[in-house]
Amino acid sequence: MKSPMERFTERIFLVVALSSLSVLALITVFIFVEGVPIIAKVGFFRFVFGTVWAPSQNLYGIFPMIVGSVAVTLGAAVIGVPIALCCSIFLAEFAPAAVRNVVRPAIQLLAGIPSVVYGFWGLLFVVPFIRVYLGGPGLSILAGSIILGIMMLPTVISISEVSLLSLPRQYKEGAFALGLTHWQTIRTVLLPAAKSGIVAAIILGIGRAIGETMAVIMVLGNAVAIPESILDPARTLTTNIGIEMGYASGDHQQALFATGIVLLAIIMLLNASAQLATRRK
Amino acid sequence: MDERTSPGQKDFTIGTEGVSLYYGAFRALRDVTLEIQPRSITAIIGPSGCGKSTLLRLFNRMNDLIPGVRVEGKVLVDGASVYDRDTDVVALRKRVGMVFQKPNLFPSSVRDNLVVGPRQHGLKNEAQLSEIVERSLRQVALWDEVKDQLKRPAQSLSVGQQQRLCIARTLTVEPEVILMDESCSALDPESTLRIEELMHDLARTYTILTVTHNMEQAARVSDMSAFLMMDEDRAGTLVEYAPTGEIFSNPKDKRTEAYITGRFG
Repeated sequence: MKSPMERFTERIFLVVALSSLSVLALITVFIFVEGVPIIAKVGFFRFVFGTVWAPSQNLYGIFPMIVGSVAVTLGAAVIGVPIALCCSIFLAEFAPAAVRNVVRPAIQLLAGIPSVVYGFWGLLFVVPFIRVYLGGPGLSILAGSIILGIMMLPTVISISEVSLLSLPRQYKEGAFALGLTHWQTIRTVLLPAAKSGIVAAIILGIGRAIGETMAVIMVLGNAVAIPESILDPARTLTTNIGIEMGYASGDHQQALFATGIVLLAIIMLLNASAQLATRRK
Repeated sequence: MDERTSPGQKDFTIGTEGVSLYYGAFRALRDVTLEIQPRSITAIIGPSGCGKSTLLRLFNRMNDLIPGVRVEGKVLVDGASVYDRDTDVVALRKRVGMVFQKPNLFPSSVRDNLVVGPRQHGLKNEAQLSEIVERSLRQVALWDEVKDQLKRPAQSLSVGQQQRLCIARTLTVEPEVILMDESCSALDPESTLRIEELMHDLARTYTILTVTHNMEQAARVSDMSAFLMMDEDRAGTLVEYAPTGEIFSNPKDKRTEAYITGRFG
């Protein structure tokens, strides 16, 4: 039998845990209450696939932002994922303890740098570099992809490293006993065995990239047009909200909440697929 | 040395000469000298913790995976010292296969487990790979049981089948020596008997070294037995090495006799 004191403590913890959950519910409800009416008014199809975003003329089409988000995120994945995978393989399999003990915290530190600092660095170095050497305004999808590619590294590296390290030692022994080299073992046995964890890592990294706002505002140029090349400026779903929230009102403000609904849906979809990837063994 | 014939057929010498092994400062094996008979089964027996597995893992340098291991003396495979600086460890492990205590199949299909070795050693031809799959499964008498389920996840087989599949996987890369590290300890009696029969068959072509806790098993399957024991500072030493019949019926050393008759261990 539990003492009353113990039961009381348990209750307290339950209440606190539920309250953090209720914040999630509250935010979701709020966004939907604010956003759904405008989607209904404009029409779901015209809201999502409309190509003109002109709040002053009551035109709310977020398709350019969806394209922008997808393009920047894909670019970030193309840049970030290979680097992150190499890094996690290096840390899990090759790095001597001394190196690992320096690199691992350094990568964690990467996650702690405020996003505005990434954006500032991108604006001062990446953007001019692109403008001078590749042409265009510099403020571009490429610049955003590079910054987000770096920003997703800690997430992807640490989760894939953990999934490699958590493999049973027997896999490696079995492969070595067949006369496979270390790299053959990694490629043909360890990576496939850790696949679900690595896929989850990539999806969560992508979720991190698609949700990022501040750094992207600073380097992306924020033009509301469907970009034609990676050197063109673009606007993402997040930056659309970030830029216009300060002065929007009425339908305009609601349309920004509706943008948030779309963003929330995408991120929930990504998280759910990450969950699914780790569950399926 | 001898003329080379097909793999697994040639006369092949393995053994140790005055080998000691250290885990850091701890000495796990002391001065072990052992000459293994080719194409026979040698059992390494002895109480828990006496270094049986450590001794076995010298022959394919599996101890290398443990940090801080140091080896003194010579370990010979085909007359060459495997702890020499210029030893090709990968090639060594291809020649000296290993079956572990518990089945350690990869999380992929039955067929994939069997083709990964040959494929990584350069064989790309799917028809030839399929031949290897069938041959190795027949060698372990598993073909009839799984021939229609080659795409099935290997880890969904019964434990006994998994262990036979592990042996088949070892055979796919055509080793000359097979090390078996208590490979029946996780199995039920019936599966154990099947593996023992299999070992008898394989010993016609392969040199088998097996570590076992199970005295009856050592008596049943092996031609030679090596009895290992911890000395006063806990290092494993070779007490007696003789034909299995002799070790079990007429041990020369009192300690062997005591162990065999079950007074300790």
